[in-house]
Amino acid sequence: MNRILAKEALSAEVFRIRVEAPLIAEERQPGQFIILQLDTEFGERIPLTIADADPAEGSITLIFQAVGKSTRQLAKMAVGDSIANLVGPLGRPTHLDAFGAVVCVGGGIGVAPLYPIAQGMKKAGNRLVVVIGARTKELVILEEEMRAIADEVIVCTDDGSYGRKDLVTAPLKELCARDPKPDLAVAIGPPVMMKFCAEATRPFGVPTVVSLNTIMIDGTGMCGGCRVSVGGQTKFVCVDGPEFDGHQVDFDQMIQRLGSYRAQEKLAAEGCNLHDEAVRKGLRE
Amino acid sequence: MSARAPEELRAAARREWERIQALPPPLKPRDRLAIPPQEMPAQDPLARARNMNEVATGYSEEQARVEAARCLQCKNAPCVEGCPVRIRIPQFIAALAEGDPATAIGIIKETSLLPAVCGRVCPQETQCQAPCTVGKSLKSVDQAVAIGRLERYAADWERANGAAALPPVAPPTGKKVAVVGSGPAGITVAADVRRAGHEVVLFEAFHKAGGVLVYGIPEFRLPKAIVRAELDTLQKMGVEIRTNFVVGRTRKITSLIEKDGFDAVFVGSGAGLPKFMNIEGENLVGVYSANEYLTRSNLMKAYDRERAVTPIHAAQRVAVLGGGNVAMDAARTALRLGAKEVHLIYRRTEVEMPARVEEVAHAKEEGVQFHMLQNAKRILGEGGKVTGIECLRYELGEPDASGRRRPVEITGSEFQMGMDAVIVAIGNESNPLIEQTTPGLEVDKWGHIVTDENGQTSLPRVFAGGDIVLGAATVILAMGEGRRAAAAINAMLAG
Repeated sequence: MNRILAKEALSAEVFRIRVEAPLIAEERQPGQFIILQLDTEFGERIPLTIADADPAEGSITLIFQAVGKSTRQLAKMAVGDSIANLVGPLGRPTHLDAFGAVVCVGGGIGVAPLYPIAQGMKKAGNRLVVVIGARTKELVILEEEMRAIADEVIVCTDDGSYGRKDLVTAPLKELCARDPKPDLAVAIGPPVMMKFCAEATRPFGVPTVVSLNTIMIDGTGMCGGCRVSVGGQTKFVCVDGPEFDGHQVDFDQMIQRLGSYRAQEKLAAEGCNLHDEAVRKGLRE
Repeated sequence: MSARAPEELRAAARREWERIQALPPPLKPRDRLAIPPQEMPAQDPLARARNMNEVATGYSEEQARVEAARCLQCKNAPCVEGCPVRIRIPQFIAALAEGDPATAIGIIKETSLLPAVCGRVCPQETQCQAPCTVGKSLKSVDQAVAIGRLERYAADWERANGAAALPPVAPPTGKKVAVVGSGPAGITVAADVRRAGHEVVLFEAFHKAGGVLVYGIPEFRLPKAIVRAELDTLQKMGVEIRTNFVVGRTRKITSLIEKDGFDAVFVGSGAGLPKFMNIEGENLVGVYSANEYLTRSNLMKAYDRERAVTPIHAAQRVAVLGGGNVAMDAARTALRLGAKEVHLIYRRTEVEMPARVEEVAHAKEEGVQFHMLQNAKRILGEGGKVTGIECLRYELGEPDASGRRRPVEITGSEFQMGMDAVIVAIGNESNPLIEQTTPGLEVDKWGHIVTDENGQTSLPRVFAGGDIVLGAATVILAMGEGRRAAAAINAMLAG
């Protein structure tokens, strides 16, 4: 169960794995996510959005950035290893429809969950423009895949090492200023990026969907740890989302809640660094 | 629940047992009523408030026999009427008095599937022990025969002695039943349906089975090894347990029936979404639902800071809002996680509190501070984090629809207390997941699945029970519903 079938490093800290998960592969729809755990007794449960699925092979594709204790551990796993626990698909699927012209904006690792949505939007008959943003050239992911489905692809990097030297909000604003303006924007990425994408589209009245990746435990509505304020109402990302109207989300609060355990996470990550260091020096296995 | 040391209680019970033996048999009711009730030995309150081990350590053999000797063996057995699953209480107590725990546990298991659990977490004082003749004669329910403790003794004896016989399973029928949720209702249905020879798959959304017994009720009140033993029994009987499976998402109920060949489905998916108070500051960092707080500590083992990856706030001053058993569990967990002060805030008085008397007493002994007739008005924060709570004082007014006197706020009585965590423990709303993904499944206005008295839902072959039907209920009620639904499923599959 949950065997890793393929693994590829997309950059120094971004990895793509294909995992055996036949039921999830069959049921999943764009926009949905899974929760995985690497140790049944003491592991943490982490939500990851599904980047792709192959029902024939019975596999799903996950793309993740090795930043925390568990994602680093996951990055060290090899083809043939099994993930202890994997559950899904969770969350409500994306609302796919023929909207007209759709702009899909992905920042960093957010391009991964954006991919199946972009695919779905294209398939639903929309004209599709994709904006990919990354800090630097080597962190740009899925450009080929996006070019294969989109009518237009714009790549930006913060440092100008590839594509335009811009934040994704710049091309997004330009697209909104075109006539006709896009009928829908979908933005997925770091919370700050989604916040500013929503601010960029707001003056143009372009409806903007964002996909939130908050702290979660069960992912089925039971704990409420993922709650966010949307239009002044408390919503649960796991069962009411993960997609919401970006113009209604209280991003500042969400960013604060995401930082709930920053101190502990930093300690855990430092523990990993020390461990890695010790391994390199041959002090530990 | 005793300030007296376990050794002292055991020695006293031994002397009492010798005294009883010296009385001319048979014992008269007067003799039985004169036997002192046996207190439950417990860890020292201050020591236990800092560890996760079970609080109540259980009767010794002498204590069990002395307590059992208090039972008057009433012909009309009012206690049985008070038990939701009608355990033959006088009979099992008589066996214990005779020093025969094997017979006692056999009698209990005729009707109850989870005696080690129910003996610990049932609200006996409002069920079997409420109408007990001994308690009535001595004019206090606290003086009733301690039926729950005796049930626990018999169940623990069986587990400790490896005496549990596997329930017999009928020959295979070729029929297949899906049980959704592995809490008390699901475990019960799985066992009863499997006994009839049907194939059973028990689906659990989490990575570990046991439902609320595992994620909700803390280790110090219900050791997880006990739940594990019950699940092991199910597996030995041939029940397949599938964790990481969210029915409604991983597979829909209709697919289980139409594609996967299940002949019946039982939904025991439990209490769903935690309720919040809808007050200012509720989304600040440091505000938890009791579900989240308890799940982090119990299921994810956040209390084990050395080994667990899941973090939990190391809060010093914690406010718990609510007055039920879950509120008590959260407050006592906060102490064990290192809080210096835990304040339990409830808007009525202790008399109206839904929590069990024993849990309230335990919480107080351990140092939880109770604030009655107060309620949070808003949660205060700085930089996105909890810094305190503003409360209002209340007084009791006229009785409301529930018959309890309605708390009425005292205008202008606001006051503030500094806190660095707030736990909201005011109950759950039902989880809409199954309903949303199962066309034709009828629910009431609160989202609870509508069933007949046998647990049959509006859909053929689909049954339901436990909290998803009852709202907030107890382990024993869930088990009772499970038993009725299992009987109906077995009858349907036999027909």
